[in-house]
Formats: sequence, C-alpha cells, structure tokens
Amino acid sequence: MKKVFGKPESLKDAIFHYCAGCGHSITHRLIAEVIDEMGIRDIAIGIPPAGCAVLAYNYFDIDMLEAPHGRGCAVATGMKRTLPDKLIFSYQGDGDLAAIGTAETFHAANRGENITVIFINNAVYGMTGGQMAPTTLLGQASTTSPPGRNAILDGYPVRMSEILALLEGTKYIERCAVNTPANIIRTRRAIKKAFQYQMDDVGFTMVEVLSQCPTNWKMTPIDACKWIDEVMALSFPPGVIKDIKGKG
Amino acid sequence: MTKTIFAGFGGQGVLMMGYSYAHAAMNEGYEVTYLPSYGAEVRGGTANCTVAVSDDEIASPIASEPDYLVVMNNPSLYMFQNRITLGGVIFLNSSIIEARPTRKDLEICEIPAGEIATELGNPRVQNIVVMGAYVKKTGRISPDAYLKSLKKIMGEKKKSIMDVNRKAFTAGYELLS
Amino acid sequence: MNKILIQGNHVIGEAAIRAGCRFYAGYPITPQNELTEYMAENIRKVEGGTFIQAESEIAAINMILGASAAGARAMTSSSSPGISLKQEGISSMAADELPGVIVNIMRGGPGLGNILPSQGDYYQATRGGGHGDYRTIVLAPDSVQELADLTMDAFDLADKYRNPVLILADGMIGQMMEPVVFGEPRPRKYDESYVLKGAGKGRSRFIRGLILDALKMEEHNWKLHRKYQAIEQREKRCEISRTEDADLLIIAYGTAARIAKGAIKRSREAGMKVGLIRPITLWPFPDHVIREFSDKVENFLVFEMNTGQMLDDVKLALNGRGHVHFYGRPGGVVPTPVELAKVIAHHYNNNRSLDED
Repeated sequence: MKKVFGKPESLKDAIFHYCAGCGHSITHRLIAEVIDEMGIRDIAIGIPPAGCAVLAYNYFDIDMLEAPHGRGCAVATGMKRTLPDKLIFSYQGDGDLAAIGTAETFHAANRGENITVIFINNAVYGMTGGQMAPTTLLGQASTTSPPGRNAILDGYPVRMSEILALLEGTKYIERCAVNTPANIIRTRRAIKKAFQYQMDDVGFTMVEVLSQCPTNWKMTPIDACKWIDEVMALSFPPGVIKDIKGKG
Repeated sequence: MTKTIFAGFGGQGVLMMGYSYAHAAMNEGYEVTYLPSYGAEVRGGTANCTVAVSDDEIASPIASEPDYLVVMNNPSLYMFQNRITLGGVIFLNSSIIEARPTRKDLEICEIPAGEIATELGNPRVQNIVVMGAYVKKTGRISPDAYLKSLKKIMGEKKKSIMDVNRKAFTAGYELLS
Repeated sequence: MNKILIQGNHVIGEAAIRAGCRFYAGYPITPQNELTEYMAENIRKVEGGTFIQAESEIAAINMILGASAAGARAMTSSSSPGISLKQEGISSMAADELPGVIVNIMRGGPGLGNILPSQGDYYQATRGGGHGDYRTIVLAPDSVQELADLTMDAFDLADKYRNPVLILADGMIGQMMEPVVFGEPRPRKYDESYVLKGAGKGRSRFIRGLILDALKMEEHNWKLHRKYQAIEQREKRCEISRTEDADLLIIAYGTAARIAKGAIKRSREAGMKVGLIRPITLWPFPDHVIREFSDKVENFLVFEMNTGQMLDDVKLALNGRGHVHFYGRPGGVVPTPVELAKVIAHHYNNNRSLDED
C-alpha cells in the first residue's frame, strides 16, 4: 500500500497539547517536514518562546533551547554567532516578538543576523488566556480590550513584517497563513525558502504565519479559519513582503 | 607613600602625565595606583588623575590630602589648592595660570611650560616639560627611568616625537635647581 | 615576569580573552565602558571571537545565554542599573544550568544613582538577584591584580558548576590602574555533552527552564540546591590579615577592604590590635572563618560602602555571638583610611573601657 501521509522524522511521538483547530500544530509539522526534506535535522536548533509554543521541545525531535519571553532573537544571535554552520530558528508568538521582544527582534533583524524567525501571529495572547496582543485588530474583543480594541486607548495593530522589511539587514520576509490547504502549502514553501537562505548565509529571514486561535477567538475551528481570510488578512495581507533575491 | 593629583584641561595631556609617572615608578619597583577622573565628571573639558606611589601596599588610590599637586590651568588650581597636605608642593603651569595660591605653607614651583614648549617648536609637550620639573623636585625616580617609560608608552610613534619629548623633559628638569 | 600597568576594566577583558572567552555582548554604561571597548578592540582578533554591542542589557545577557548553550565561554558586563536589567537572563541561566560570567562594576544607587564607586548591590548579587530559588557565585576582588586572577577563576567556576558567576567590583577597581602579572589560564574542562549543537546522528536534546509539573520543578529546585550546597562546602574564600592578636576584627570586601587595610595600619601604629577578614567570595560567604574567630574575638566591625548589607551575613555567621558594629558610606562616597581609623579607635576604646570596668 502506498504511504500518503506520515509523521515527520523531526517530530517526536508526542501528542500535541494544542487546542483543536490551533495553527501551532500545523506550523510545527511544516517546520519538521522542511527540516526532514532538507536533511538538516542534525544541525537544526530551535528556540521556542514563552507562550503556547513554550513546550515545543516536547514535540520537535531536534535540539532546542528555550528563550526567556521575547528574547528569542537575542538567544538565537548568541547561538548562531557561536555555531555559524548550524541552522538556528526562533519560534515566537505576537506578544513575544512584537511586544516584550520588539527590541531584540528589531535589532537582530537590523544586524542582519543569519537566523530565521517563525512568527506566529494569532492576534491574541494565547497561553495567558486571550489578552490583547500588539497584533489584535481594531474592534477585536479580548480579555483586556473587552469592548474591542480602541485605537485611541489601545493603539493600532503592529505590522512587524512590514516594519522589519524596512531594515537593510532583513533579506526575506513573507506573511503566510495555515487556515487552508493552499495556504499551508505556501507556508511550507516559505519556511523552506527561509531555511535555504540561512543555509546560504543570506541573512535575516522571517516567516509570519497567520494562525487561528479558535479557543481565544471564541469560534469554531472552521469559523476561525474563515475569519483569517475574511477579517485578519485585511489588516495583515499575506504575501512576500521582502525578498532580496526577487521572486523565487 | 606619596600621592599626586595631576589636573588640567582635556587635551593638555594630564592623564598622560600621571600614567607615565606611575608606569616609571612601577618599573622602579614601587607599588603604584593610577586613578583617572571619569564619566560625567570629565565632560566639559577638565581632567585629572591621582597617582599613589609607595613602598607598601596602597590602601586607597584616592588622595584626600595629596602631597603634590600638578596643575595645568586655572580651574584646576581653584579646585585642588586647598586639598594639598600641609607643606605640600604645587607645580604650576605659569604660562597660562595667572592666579597664585593664597596658602603660605605650600611650596610653589612655577613652570613656564608654554613658553618652553613653544621654543622647542611643539606646544603639545608642555606636559612633559612640567614632568621634568616634577621628577627633579620629587626625586623618587630617576630621569632615565621616566624617559624609559615614556619611550615605552609612546611606542611606535615617530622618533622625532620622542626627541622633542626628551628635550622638553630635560628643559623642565633643568629649570629647577 | 611580565608586569604591566593596566586599568581594572581592561584587565577583565584581557584576562577573559586569555581564559578562552570567545563571546562578549554588552551595552554602554559608566563606569565600565572601557571593558566593553576593550572587548570590541580585542576579542575579534582571536579565532572564533565574537563581540556584539547589544541593543540593551537584556539582549546582552540573553545573547550570552545562547552562546553559552552553544558551548562558548561567554561574558557580559555592566554597572548596577544595567545588572538589574540582566536579572531575567541570569535567573534563566541558573535555571538552565548554563555557565557564564557577569561583571558588575558597581556605582551609586538606587535608581540611576551616580557613577561613583559603591557597594550597594551586595544583596542583589548574593541573593540570586532575579526571581526564583537560585544563587550565583560572587567574586569580589580588592585589587586589579586580583581582578585578573578572579576573572580567570570565574570562567572555571562557571564551567565547573554550570552556573553564572558574578564578578562584583566597583567603579574604583574598574577605573584604577595597578601593576598586573597575568597568570596562566587552566585548560577548559567542560563536557561537550552539555553543548547544544544540533542532534547530529544522536538523540535530540533541549534546555529549558519551564517545568510546569510541580513535583518535577521541585526536584529541579532541590537539584540546584544540592549544587549550591556543594559550592558552599568547597568554594568559600577569604583573606585574613593581622588577626593573630586582634581584639577587634574588621570585615570588609573589595575597595572597602583596601581602605580597611590602610586604617588598620594606622590603628596598629597607635597600638590598637586590629585585624581584617576579607571575604573574596561573597556567595558562598566565608561564614565559618568569622564564626571561628568568635571564640577569641568579641568585637567585629563591618565596613561597607553601603548602609549595611553584608552586615546581615556577618550577623548570621556569628549567630548572636560577639558584638557587631557597622560603619558604612553609601552613594558613591569613598571613605578614607583616616576616617575609618577614627571609627576603629572609637569602638576599640569603648571596648577597652568596658573591659576595664
């Protein structure tokens, strides 16, 4: 019988703790598949964040070093500069990357560190229970913006990919999503490209993944997937934001 | 133990004065400490350093009552003149310092370092002129030891620079009898 | 013997590089900038040496965390306010059991305070400093020479116990130049198995501080605790001087200890039998030495450039025995030996008159 689907080698046999419909488990699998495909499991080191993905080391069967909240890019900098031949990627949520870790992210990008950031944007603080994130949309309710995010009181959703793309140190930034099969394939391709750029010493790469959080969005998984296309993508339009090698 | 404060404008080479002296004293086998002024204290143009030289371990590198004061400009004289120990010595760059200490217990060595350095063709060696007088008067280290250290510190710089420094030092050294 | 006249901040950099430090990240803050500048100038000249001027103190310590996990001997440095910012990373490194050297060239505080020499960070340094149940080894040099020696030791101790080590000095030790002879660094002994460098052909590993299960977290805490107990048993260091016949013992460290030595010399000349206990490790604190002296000495004078922090450790060591006096000057004031000699005379003479009564 032909095998049509299997668990990637770079994932352990553990069952994901993520909620039903969550985008993390899909993204984990995509990263693991790309690592397998590129044959780089032996040199890959992941840096999980504080947030829902804090337990990523339970799932990835590669070396991992947990970073304090928001410091993924600083930790990755220290690792990559020490081990320039390894593939170093950080895996960070929106609160981690775009709030508490903005400075670390911005400056690692500006230094053009040859690392890859997988940026999970689900417009909410997931693990702590659905508080307002820097990426929470205007009008979107959260436990700390109960009537909906109000620009005057709470500011605007932060588009980190566009901001980082302005820095000369960044080489490839793409915004993807994991809400539809087509988008999942696109995300997989983007991750592979980012890792390949890193292997080729091109410089700082980031893949932003719009990721559904049905639990905190208080939606069914199907509605959550639809909401990404219908609402979230209006504020965070998917696509290649920067690619110094042009269309690839 | 003797302690000296060297003070002046930034650019007059006062840190170099203290450093070169401490270096020479170390090579002569003394215990030494060199403490520069730093940070916000030195912004705005004044600089000073304290050098302690002793036969024994030095407790504090700070001079609350220095034995010697070497001043290259007016503000430094005002700042430190009343800190010197009773009967201490002031070395004073008389080329640009118009004021004189009011204390009668101090010995004052006036050194026209500006004029001497200009005669030698390089106004920047004023500090070394003063060092000549200082080494002579304090008598702790030999002139040779000082010049040897100065040469070491100057390192690879042009030979002509060391030559003018040597001349400056000698001029200062011979100024005091 | 190659004796050179060199500044404390430079000495740390040079000793670190000689000891095999290959990763340095730092952020500008007075009075330790010369160390950062020295590393910028020199660490890149050695093979595999990395210097990064970090965007913040927090980034710097986290870069150290990453570099350490990747197997580098790594160091960061700062001064008091910057060390407060680094505490998150120091706590994480302690949790992760990662070696690393952190230099604190202390200045006056709290808050921004000033840039003058102070010892106000004793509590922060010796009690872990950040959140959670951990300790860091704290080395407190009192001369530029000792700064050179202890910097090399710091890397060895960090590796040996897989724990952050703090070098705690102040603006005076950092800024001062003194003659120094560099010792030979020992070859590094650090098991490769602790280094994350990709799984290779073997099993993957992870380093983490988050342990959600209470029993497992407790187990980790006790494991760390046992390590700290081992450090307490083996690594306490102090210098004792002129204690043989002393009836009054000064307890001071770092710059304060230098001043105490000057004061003791004066007091001795005036006929007062005064000695010094100088802790070199502030954690583990050499309490056993102080305790032993309490059999024959009644009066102890703790002298610090703060309002009384090591004082607590001395009292704990004595556990009610003897009389503990304190003299301190916080805020960047550096007391003089003459000043301290007067304080000594006051206590010494009070003590005499009590004895004679």
